[in-house]
Amino acid sequence: MGLDKIGIAKRIAQEVKDGTYINLGIGIPTLVANFIPDNISVVLQSENGLLGIGPFPEEEAVDADLINAGKQTVTTMEGSSLFSSSESFEMIRGGHVDLTILGAMEVSENGDIANWKIPGKMVKGMGGAMDLVASADNIIVAMQHCSRSGKSKLLKACSLPITGLNCVKKIVTDMAVLDVLPEGGFKLLERAPGVSVEDIQNATEGKLVVEGDIPEMQIV
Amino acid sequence: MINKVVAGPDEAVKDIQDNAVLMLGGFGLCGIPEQSIAALLRKGVKGLTCISNNAGVDDFGIGLMLQTRQVKKMISSYVGENAEFERQLLSGELEVDLIPQGTLAERIRAGGAGIPAFFTPAGYGTEVAEGKEVREFNGKMHLLESWLKADFALVKAWKGDTSGNLVFKGTARNFNPMMAMAGKITIAEVEELVEPGELDPNAIHTPGIYVQRIYQGESYEKRIEQRTTKIK
Repeated sequence: MGLDKIGIAKRIAQEVKDGTYINLGIGIPTLVANFIPDNISVVLQSENGLLGIGPFPEEEAVDADLINAGKQTVTTMEGSSLFSSSESFEMIRGGHVDLTILGAMEVSENGDIANWKIPGKMVKGMGGAMDLVASADNIIVAMQHCSRSGKSKLLKACSLPITGLNCVKKIVTDMAVLDVLPEGGFKLLERAPGVSVEDIQNATEGKLVVEGDIPEMQIV
Repeated sequence: MINKVVAGPDEAVKDIQDNAVLMLGGFGLCGIPEQSIAALLRKGVKGLTCISNNAGVDDFGIGLMLQTRQVKKMISSYVGENAEFERQLLSGELEVDLIPQGTLAERIRAGGAGIPAFFTPAGYGTEVAEGKEVREFNGKMHLLESWLKADFALVKAWKGDTSGNLVFKGTARNFNPMMAMAGKITIAEVEELVEPGELDPNAIHTPGIYVQRIYQGESYEKRIEQRTTKIK
């Protein structure tokens, strides 16, 4: 029941518009790049100073001086550009990046996101996430609907330390596609194959808004 | 032209004292000053404050100086690939300031550019905002963040000339150019040191005015954290 990571990435790829600049976070968001249709041209931004991320290199073309934000070796696309970290975040902070896709541990019904710290357990740091969520106009979150222990990750209020306030616009999970409403609440748009509205209701702790028939996601 | 060449890493770091504040370039292990770090390990200076986006891995980069307990405080944005770091942090042996990456980059740039503080939206409403002045611009809340400077900035470039002009390669540029600006003394290590005039002035990334010492490093390891190749 529900989508796997590839399925989530494929569904998010349908949200990508032609001619846009996109920042992809680590994990499922990185996979989205594999499923962007050929007739759509986008430029992927890497926070460590690259616009125009290309595919992973052939073994003999691996270059230690060319990595993405996940520290994986990459290549440059034709027409790419390279720059410093301060310039990279000037692009982000200045609102020049059209779409940010990132993972989350929790999202609240008013669009708050938590994804950088579990007190006493995990202290990896926020990296560029706080800058991205504070400045991006359009933020899509890719995540599982529930934690491994079965607890909802779509909440009334985040319980973990916040990364940013009122910023998430859309969420794609293994169970559903949802919009975060400006007045608060998760508006159910689509359900994953084999998942019922009731299943989604049971897995959503925050306010779920269901209007009319909810179509099943179309994923090829 | 002014000649800034020193014999090698040990001479370059010889006056770095205990408790110095350092900036170290790099993103992950990409573009880190690996030869200057090796010289600091040999020198054994302690109580260092290291401003660097990441903290290396357990057996390379700044991670090596964590193993030898030479670092008192880290100022970074992401420290996820280093188990020893996490252990020292959770046990309270190491002081750590975690700063949003864009804010860190801009605070360093501001330090070099003579701008004592600026407002940014990153971190508003989070732990990062604690104790900071908040101001509204265009209906959006921003935090006041101050500049960062260092006693020494340790940077790594691809090519440099004897007067300190630097050219970086690929994504190894990252934090190096801003740090070069924000160090009282900037030590640049390069893979290839050339004579003035050999680098195209149109293509210089960091003008030599920011660099006080330069040397050519030997046999760079340039370790890769995540070697990822095309699936055939």
